[in-house]
Formats: sequence, structure tokens, C-alpha cells
Amino acid sequence: MDEALLRSLTPSVLSVLVRRGADFAAAEDAVQEALVEALRVWPAGGASPSSRLPADRGDPLRDAKGWLVTVAWRRFLDAARSDAARRRREELLDEEPAPGPASGVDDTLQLYFLCAHPSLTPSSAVALTLRAVGGLTTRQIARAYLVPEATMAQRISRAKRTVSGVRFDRPGDVATVLRVLYLVFNEGYSGDVDLAAEAIRLTRQLAAAVDHPEAAGLLALMLLHHARRAARTASDGSLVPLAEQDRTRWDTRLIAEGVGILQGALARDRLGEFQAQAAIAALHADAPTAEETDWVQIVEWFDELTRLTDSPVVRLNRAVAVGEADGPRAGLAALAGLDAALPRHAAVAAYLHERDGDTATAARLYAEAAHKAGNLAERDHLTRQAARLNDCRCR
Amino acid sequence: MAKYLLLKHYRGAPASVNDVPMEQWTPEEISAHMQYMNDFAAGLEKTGEFVDGQALAPEGAWVRYDGEGRPPVTDGPFAETKDLIAGWMVIDVDSYERAVELAGELSAAPGAGGEPIHEWLEVRPFLTAPPTITE
Repeated sequence: MDEALLRSLTPSVLSVLVRRGADFAAAEDAVQEALVEALRVWPAGGASPSSRLPADRGDPLRDAKGWLVTVAWRRFLDAARSDAARRRREELLDEEPAPGPASGVDDTLQLYFLCAHPSLTPSSAVALTLRAVGGLTTRQIARAYLVPEATMAQRISRAKRTVSGVRFDRPGDVATVLRVLYLVFNEGYSGDVDLAAEAIRLTRQLAAAVDHPEAAGLLALMLLHHARRAARTASDGSLVPLAEQDRTRWDTRLIAEGVGILQGALARDRLGEFQAQAAIAALHADAPTAEETDWVQIVEWFDELTRLTDSPVVRLNRAVAVGEADGPRAGLAALAGLDAALPRHAAVAAYLHERDGDTATAARLYAEAAHKAGNLAERDHLTRQAARLNDCRCR
Repeated sequence: MAKYLLLKHYRGAPASVNDVPMEQWTPEEISAHMQYMNDFAAGLEKTGEFVDGQALAPEGAWVRYDGEGRPPVTDGPFAETKDLIAGWMVIDVDSYERAVELAGELSAAPGAGGEPIHEWLEVRPFLTAPPTITE
């Protein structure tokens, strides 16, 4: 049983405990302890220890789930017993269900809603989702987001308190869940936990639990971008822009899966922003070389995205696509109406001016863009662009 | 989810409203100030926004490489250096607005006469990891 597979059982085990009457916060702690225990006692790559297995040996995943439910429930009861102040829980002991294989409703979807509840701040929702749905430990989440473990522990326990009054059986808004998963994927730092892979796993699980074209759209978007991961950074860690990436290093299996999922979603005819973004990523994935990119169709998808979101960032990216489809002058015209204070505005302007042959302006704008860049990799890339143009002009 | 550095200056920041050097405060006022700083950090830990905080000694040395096989050259301290960092706090918050709100709170730490210092704090965003999705 590998760790990811084990962790995939987290939401269903947790929902069993909540269904049995445990409150969410205590149940979540108990499940976390059971997961840690499982990782400790189960041999790596092996099944759960046979002495602890329920009689049914047929399905290792089901056995593992039964084991986790048993251990988590025991932990929950221990905690309830030792907590004399909470008499109410003691009453539960009288009606303790027989431990053993878990049955009953799987409320995985409800857990997603709870952990992405609108009353939570984005960072709290991300942390709670990774722990209660993803089964990651507080320490892993803290390391992934580069904050002390104590800080992350507080963030998670506050988040649990915030949602403690939320009814577990109310349907939530899938869109809020998708935004949280998008954040996990897109703003992932690099740590010992692969947050992008984790976001994909959680989105895959969600897309299987809910019939929603945007859930499929987000999953497709993630897969299509994840496919480029190996090509995105050079061996020295510097950023490789899309046009210069070695496309033979793109993961064709992920691309095929992403395109398939996207087509299924688009066929439902309920377009949303994640599907439109995925469509753009799919068009890039489709092009054997950067020169063969179907920019005309990409501009059309940006028009759809503008219609769906009316976001200035989308208009900015659209200007790049227009520049490729209709020439740099058209791109600059598309850029003209946009606020110069937008992030990456100077970078886009620099690129279009260079394509238009105005290297002096481009060099100046690249340097300005580097100064404004919000991340180190982008700043280094933009500085190199400015340096490259200045170097050409000196000769 | 962005990290900010709240930077406190001994020198180099614009003058604060309650601009009295610490050595002219009463011991109780100094204690009250320290307590405020500690409480502020503890509060940030509770809200899950604290990353790090350190104070720096005011005096340091300048150091530079002096060529292959030679020990580094040290110099200073230079009393006339314009800018002097007193310490920092790193926070991890949901928005720039929240970072500004917290810096404002920190700047209200009590000084002489128990009144808020209103000192100027510098708020600097960390450069983040690059986003995965850019186009």
C-alpha cells in the first residue's frame, strides 16, 4: 500500500466517523492519527498487517479502509474518554457501532465542500483541504508552504473551528472547491510534497464524485500543464518559455488523458473558464512546434474566456495571442486599452515591441518588467531578455 | 497566501510621531513595549500567520572578498551609515491589505508616555515561486 493510495482513503474514512456522530474536528484528528499509525506499522509497498485485517481479504483497499476506520474510531473514543469535560460524547460510547469493515454513505464530496467553505480564507481552505481530504500531515503542509509547523497547526485548527457549525449534509458550491484546488496546483512551492500532483489527485477524486463539467475542465487543465513540467525548467533551474520548450519532453500520456477529459466536458455544452483555459493548453499541446501553434483558434478561446470572466489578466494574455495570430502591431493595439499597472504588462509589451523590431523599447521594458516581477524565476528570465537585447545593440 | 517582510529601522525611516529614543523611556514603558511585541507575535501564531521574527544588534561589520588566498577584508562599523535595520518579522497572509493592516498594528506599539510610537515600518513582498499556469 503506497502512501498516496492510503491517503486517498482519508475522506471516506473521515466521513464514516462523522456519520457515526463524531464531530468534524475530533474525527479529523483521529483519522490523521490513524493514517500516521498506518504508515508506521504497514510495511512499505505491502498490505496492511494481516493480524489486524478484517476477515474479508478480497480487496486490499477495502481492507485498508476497514482498518483505518477501526483505528480512527478507537482513537476518537480514547480522546473522547480522556476529555472528561465533554460529557456529551461519553453518551456515544453506549451506542458504539461494531468496529470492522466500513459501510454506509461516502461523503467525500461533502468534505470537499466543508474544507472549501466560503467562510474560510483561501489559505485556510487550502490547508484544511490538504489535511482533511488529502490526508497530508500538518508538518508536510507547513513545509510545502514554508511556514513553521506551529503556525500551520494553528491555521488548521482555526479553520476547523470556523466550519464546526456548518451542517455536514448541505450541498456546497463546486466552484469554491475548484478555486481551492486551482490554488494548490498553481501556487505550489517546491517541497518534499508534490503539491501539483496532490492537486491533480484531489481534483481527479472530485471529478469522479461530482457530475460537473468545470471539475473535468480543471482536471484537464492541470493534466495539460503538468505534462509540460519536465520541459518548463532548464537544468540550472531557469524558466524555459513555452515557445522554447523541448516538446519531446512533454508527457504525451498526460496530454492524451487531458484532451480526452476536456473533450468529454466540452461535449456537455456548459462552458466555463477552466474548460476554456484547458482548451488553450490543449491547442499548445497539439502543436508539434511552436511555429505550428493555431493562434487564431487560441485567440477565439481567449475571446470566450473574456466573455466568461472579463478579467484584465485574460485580456493581457489575449494580447499576446493576438500578436502571434495577427502580428505584433495588432497585439500592441490589443494591449493599448489595458492598465499598465497590471502584473506582467511590461513583459508582454516588451515581447510585442521586440517582435515589432523595436529592440530599444523592448530592452527598456524587459528591464522594467524584471523590476516588477513577483517571482525570482520570472525576474531572472526577464533580466536575461533585457541583457540579450542590450548585448545585441552594443555590437 | 503571500509572505511579507515587516522591516523595522533604527535609522533611515521617516521620523515617527512619538519620536523619543528608547533610552529616554521609563523601564516600565520599555517593558510595556516588549510585551506588546511579544503579544503581537503570539497573536500571529494563533491566527496561523507567523513565519519568523528576529531583532538585530545595531552594530555590525562590512565584509568583502579580497582575492584568492587572502582572508576577507572587514571594515566598519560606520556610524554614519544612513539606513540601519533593527529587526524584522515575516508574515504569511492572504492579501496585501492584511499585511498593511498588521504592519499598522505593529506600528502602534507603545513608546514614551505609553503612547503609540506610530513608527514607519517597511512592508516588502517576498518573491514567490513561479505559478504553473501562465498563459
